[in-house]
Amino acid sequence: MADTTAFELVSPERLLMSQDVEMVIVPGAEGNIGVLARHAPMISTVRPGVIEIFGTRSAEAERVFVAGGFAEVTPDRCTVLAEEAVPVSDLDRSEIEQSIKDLREDLEDAKEPAERTAIEARIVVTQAKLAAI
Amino acid sequence: MASLKDLRNRIATVKSTQKITSAMKMVAASKLRRAQEQAEAGRPYAERMERMLASLAGGVSGGQRPRLMVGTGKDDVHLLVVVTSDRGLCGGFNSTLVREARRRIRELRDAGKEVKLLCVGRKGRDNLRRDYRNLIIDDVTDIGKPKLTFDDANGIAGKVASLFEAGEFDVAQVIYNRFKSAISQVVTSQQLIPLSLDEPPAEQAESEPSENGVGKAVYDFEPEEEQIIAELIPRNLAIQIYKTLLESAASEQGARMTAMDNATRNAGDMIAGLTLVYNRTRQAVITKELIEIISGAEAV
Repeated sequence: MADTTAFELVSPERLLMSQDVEMVIVPGAEGNIGVLARHAPMISTVRPGVIEIFGTRSAEAERVFVAGGFAEVTPDRCTVLAEEAVPVSDLDRSEIEQSIKDLREDLEDAKEPAERTAIEARIVVTQAKLAAI
Repeated sequence: MASLKDLRNRIATVKSTQKITSAMKMVAASKLRRAQEQAEAGRPYAERMERMLASLAGGVSGGQRPRLMVGTGKDDVHLLVVVTSDRGLCGGFNSTLVREARRRIRELRDAGKEVKLLCVGRKGRDNLRRDYRNLIIDDVTDIGKPKLTFDDANGIAGKVASLFEAGEFDVAQVIYNRFKSAISQVVTSQQLIPLSLDEPPAEQAESEPSENGVGKAVYDFEPEEEQIIAELIPRNLAIQIYKTLLESAASEQGARMTAMDNATRNAGDMIAGLTLVYNRTRQAVITKELIEIISGAEAV
C-alpha cells in the first residue's frame, strides 16, 4: 500500500473530514497543489474551488467545493481550514445561476463601496461554485 | 387571616409557576447540551488556526505585521465588547457581567483612558445604557437565533475591524461569561486587539516534536507570509469572537438551568408551607363550626 497523509477539512463550525488519504489536490492561491505523503511543509491560502480527495480504497476522487480558506501541509498531514465547504454532488446548477443573478442585481443597487466589494467577492465565490460542477 | 379560598388560589398560582419554571429548566438543559456540542465542534478549527498562526508569527518580523496584530502603538482609547444574553431569567448571568463591565469602565476612566462600548445582547445594552449611553458606539442583538452561526461572529468581527481601521480605538477587549460547568460561569476578559498569542511562538516550536527532523521555521509560504498573515488575522479575530459567543451561549443556558432549578425548588417549599397553613385553617374552621353546633344544641 502506498503511503498516506492525514487529511483534515475543518470549518469554523465543525470538523468536516478527517481521514488518511493517498493524495489531495488543494486549490491554492497561486495554483493547484497536489499533496502526497512527505510533502514539504507549507502554508498557503486557498482560493474558491474544488478540493479533490483521493482516498486509499476508492479510485474515484471525492470532490468538495470550498469558498476559500487556508491550508497547512506538513510531511505527514494536510489541514484545510475552509470557510464554507459543500460536496460538489450537492451543488445545484439552477440554484447557483439564480443566486448569481440575484447578486448581480444587488450589486446594481449597492451604493457603498464596502458593500460593493463584499458583493463582488460573493459573486466570485458563486461563479467558482458554478465552474466546479 | 386569609380565607380558605384565598389560600387555595395562592397554592394553585404557585403550582402553575412551578410548572413553568420546571419546563424552562428542562428546555435550558437540552439547549445547554446543544450549545456544548457546538462549542466542542468549533474547537478543532480554533486549535489549528492557532497552530498555523504560531508558525507564521515566528516568520514575520515586527514591522511587517498587520496593524490588527501589533495595534496602533497607543493605549488611549479602549473598546470593550460586552457579551450578554438577549433574554432574562437566567440568574446572575447578566448582572455579574455588567457589574464587571462597570468596574472595568471606572478603572479605565480613572487611569485617564477613553472607553467605548460595543454591546452584544439586549440585556447588557439596556443595563449599560442607563449610565453610559454616550459610550455605546454600537450594539448587536438577536444573534444565535435559531442557532449561533459563524456568520454572526463574522459580522461582529467585521464591525470591530472596521472600527479599528477607522481609528476609533487602540485596544479591544471582550468581556464574557466563560463556561466552567453547568452551575458555574466565570466572568472572563480577553484581549482581541492587539492580538496576544497564548504562547510565544518560540516555545510552541519546541513543545511540538518536529517529525523527520523538520523544524517549524522551514515552511514554504504561498503567497508571501505577510499576505497570508494579513488574511489570517481578521479570520482569527472572527474565530476568537465565535469562540466567545459559543462560551457565552453555553453559560447562559447553564445559568438559566440553575436559576430555574432553584426557582422550582423554592416553589416546592412554598407549596409545602402554604398547604400546611391551608390544612390548619381548614381544621380550625371545622372545629369552630363544631363548637358553634354544640353550643347551639346546649343552649336549647
